[in-house]
Amino acid sequence: MTATPRLRELVLDGLSRSFGKQIALAALDLRIEGGEFIALLGPSGCGKSTALNCIAGLIAPTGGTIFLDGRSLDGTPSEKRGFGVVFQSYALFQHMTVRANIAFGLRMRRLPKERVAARVDQALALVQLEGLADRYPSQLSGGQQQRVAIARAIVIEPPLVLMDEPLSNLDAKLRLEMRTEIRRLHRELGLTTIYVTHDQEEAFSLADRLVVLREGVAQQIGAPDEIYYRPANPYVADFVGFRNAVAMTLERRDGYVGLARGHGLRASGRVSGVGSSGPVTLAIRPDDLVVGGSGENAFEITVDAVEFRGRSFVVEGLTDTGQRLRGTSAAAVPIGDAVTLRAPSDRVLLFTGMA
Amino acid sequence: MTVIARRPVAASPLAWLAWGFVGFFLVFMLALVAAVLVNSLGTRWLDHWLPDGYTTHWYGDAWREFGLTSVMLVTIEIAAAVLALSLLIGVPASYALARRSFPGRGLVMLAFLIPLLLPPVTYGIPLATVLLRHDLGGTLTGVILANLVPSVPFVILTMTPFIEQIDPRIEAAARTLGAGTATIFVRVLGPLLVPGMLAAGLLVLVRTVGMFELSFFTAGPGTQPLVVVLYYAAFAPGVRASQSIDAMAVIYMGLMLMLLVAALSFVNPTNLVARLRENT
Amino acid sequence: MRRRLAAHGIDRALLLLLPAVAFVAVIFLYPFLYGLVLSFKPERYVGAFGNYQQFFADPFLRDTIAITLGLAVPAALFNVIASVPIAYRMRGTFRGKRLLIGMLVMPVTLGTVLIAKGLLTLLGARGWVNRALLDLGLVEDPVRFVNNYWGVLLTLVITGFPFAFLLTLSYLGGIDPMLERAAATLGAGPRQRFWRITFPLLLPGLAITFILTFVLAFAVFPSAVLVGEPAGETRVISIVAYRAAYEQFDASMASAIAMIMGAVQLAVVVIVLGVRGRLYRGPSGGGKG
Repeated sequence: MTATPRLRELVLDGLSRSFGKQIALAALDLRIEGGEFIALLGPSGCGKSTALNCIAGLIAPTGGTIFLDGRSLDGTPSEKRGFGVVFQSYALFQHMTVRANIAFGLRMRRLPKERVAARVDQALALVQLEGLADRYPSQLSGGQQQRVAIARAIVIEPPLVLMDEPLSNLDAKLRLEMRTEIRRLHRELGLTTIYVTHDQEEAFSLADRLVVLREGVAQQIGAPDEIYYRPANPYVADFVGFRNAVAMTLERRDGYVGLARGHGLRASGRVSGVGSSGPVTLAIRPDDLVVGGSGENAFEITVDAVEFRGRSFVVEGLTDTGQRLRGTSAAAVPIGDAVTLRAPSDRVLLFTGMA
Repeated sequence: MTVIARRPVAASPLAWLAWGFVGFFLVFMLALVAAVLVNSLGTRWLDHWLPDGYTTHWYGDAWREFGLTSVMLVTIEIAAAVLALSLLIGVPASYALARRSFPGRGLVMLAFLIPLLLPPVTYGIPLATVLLRHDLGGTLTGVILANLVPSVPFVILTMTPFIEQIDPRIEAAARTLGAGTATIFVRVLGPLLVPGMLAAGLLVLVRTVGMFELSFFTAGPGTQPLVVVLYYAAFAPGVRASQSIDAMAVIYMGLMLMLLVAALSFVNPTNLVARLRENT
Repeated sequence: MRRRLAAHGIDRALLLLLPAVAFVAVIFLYPFLYGLVLSFKPERYVGAFGNYQQFFADPFLRDTIAITLGLAVPAALFNVIASVPIAYRMRGTFRGKRLLIGMLVMPVTLGTVLIAKGLLTLLGARGWVNRALLDLGLVEDPVRFVNNYWGVLLTLVITGFPFAFLLTLSYLGGIDPMLERAAATLGAGPRQRFWRITFPLLLPGLAITFILTFVLAFAVFPSAVLVGEPAGETRVISIVAYRAAYEQFDASMASAIAMIMGAVQLAVVVIVLGVRGRLYRGPSGGGKG
């Protein structure tokens, strides 16, 4: 059961925010369609929460505009935007019951009492908190409080839901459960959601599209598989798990395929960026760099560390030119042994430009 | 960091009222001080806007007439003694209360709270009678003891939550590294306690120098702190020039201002009050 | 045995508590009880309750309760109520906040006598304010601002407001600012945010502020004499206690009056605490334990 989204499109046009000389968010351009689930991903300080606060109307941007269905939101205060916001610390009203908390937004809209009661009951059922309506937030567990926060935000049937790291205070198991819940609610209610997180796995599992941010600047915007397999730059690559960054020099380039040499190693892979010569950074996932595997690229290392990972082993070692590489092995490898790590060209990335 | 987006609208009438009150309050304060200051510096002031002429001789007069040198000494002695003793008695007690929860702890805390909730008159007058019976009436010891009654609980009430905030595992860590109890108190706990003691101590000083009733009931000639001497001068009938009384009042204010500035520069007042608040 | 005690938190550390407990017992409890017992041994009146009967029979004495409450309660109420909008405006951080707080707290330094003399000079019959009013032709005779109820009330406000303000400011600081933001996103305007979110969470703290301010105001003594009318309008209970002790030399009666004073004050405190207990009293954070 999927409802139709209440939002047609949200456009962020050069949205930026600085605090004095410090740039918290630099010119973000993003177009969100109704029904999309967007994740803003990055470490703390990358500007993701700033972006969210600007969209929510809690801070005023210092540059750029936000358009909701073609209408500018400039000058519209928070209370008039009608977005549902779920805060990292939940921000539940401690002096009100769960029911009163959820009803708050509806009461601000002056809905008649019976309507309010009906909608609150609906919301409670949606987040599976039916029996707890008359408890106070301090009597609830973290997971329950979080669900109250979500119910409070969606009961007002907002065109847009903003979530600021809502799961970061829950333990791992609960986090996984709530993740499924959030995705389900998003689909069932036809919501449009912007979700802020530093947890890569969470972002990938929830989002239709991701925005990877670093120090205020958007590094890449795209669907999860795009970002996962074709990161736009070394930073994003590293963020999604690419390792083995070796500085090399690009010798030949033919379209997207390139050949690089450096530190006694040769590699052929996908080139990302402009230029057909000059310095490049190598990037290969440890999962793709396999002991005794197949692939055009071969690197020899002397193993100095082995980690057990259940299905396989992670092996690390230095090449004879002192470069550290990290790869995978199906079986354990004795420390001190020399092994050859191989990776196919389509899993090797060569980034031109700075790291 | 973040601020709720504001519309560009003129400040509400309530805002004007609030800032207006603040402004009025401050102006009134300054006017009060100015009135006393001007009078203390005037030669004669009867029927005009300002005194006829200006002089500073009233200050010298007041100093001599009321024997302010010895009065100041007495005030400082009392304040210093109360400060030292209340910290000495109060801080160890705070430590015990902060680190141990024992049956009856609530009752003990209540026992320390009550002297702060009762009017000084209620325990001051009986205390004065008891001191009299034990030949301590009018002595310096008596005044110090009386002023200690609200000061010790005050120190305990502010230091206990302060110590509770210090991680008890720090002491455990020091012990595992070989420190004995004395070392722990002096080198580990001590430095951490200093800011709290400074705050509590300065406030005890301000309260003691400013608290009128207790010293009033227990002091005798020669053991009256400045606040009591000032009161008697203003109240007692006699041919005293109002200018010299005002001069003394200004001297008193100067003393208190120094203490307050010292207190405020070491302590953030809202922090200290917050500790009191958490305890209620 | 020692281990069992230790399990209850009783060990040598409690010895540190001993000096303070002994001190409070000897210097506070003993005189207090002594005074209490003394009050039941009247020097001038008949029967154990003689002092108390005399107090309530004589309107000169009995009325002091109403007079003192009539000064302390309005003063405390005004101080608490006035402190709220001002502390609310100041709850963020801005340049010069510390200086402003310092200036608002300054009246602590003035001392009763200075305030009294200042008020007399400023508001007296020949004071600046009356002069201005007369010169401007707004009144024909000097207005009586002081040497009456208003002078004392003014003093109580001047000395009490800084304290109430600091406390209210601190309680406001303890309310999670996220709550107001959450309310804003749900559609609440500034007024609604204050009355529905901030104020209910502030109320328990305001009750405490009222109690503490009231306690200070109830003990009023020197100002009632210097700027009031101690024989009539502002004959507060401290004055008659003092009179009994130092002018009539009736220690027993003085103790009785002191006890009555304490009892009235405690009664008010208990009532306010009772009302406060009915209000929500939990933490004012926003969740996340």
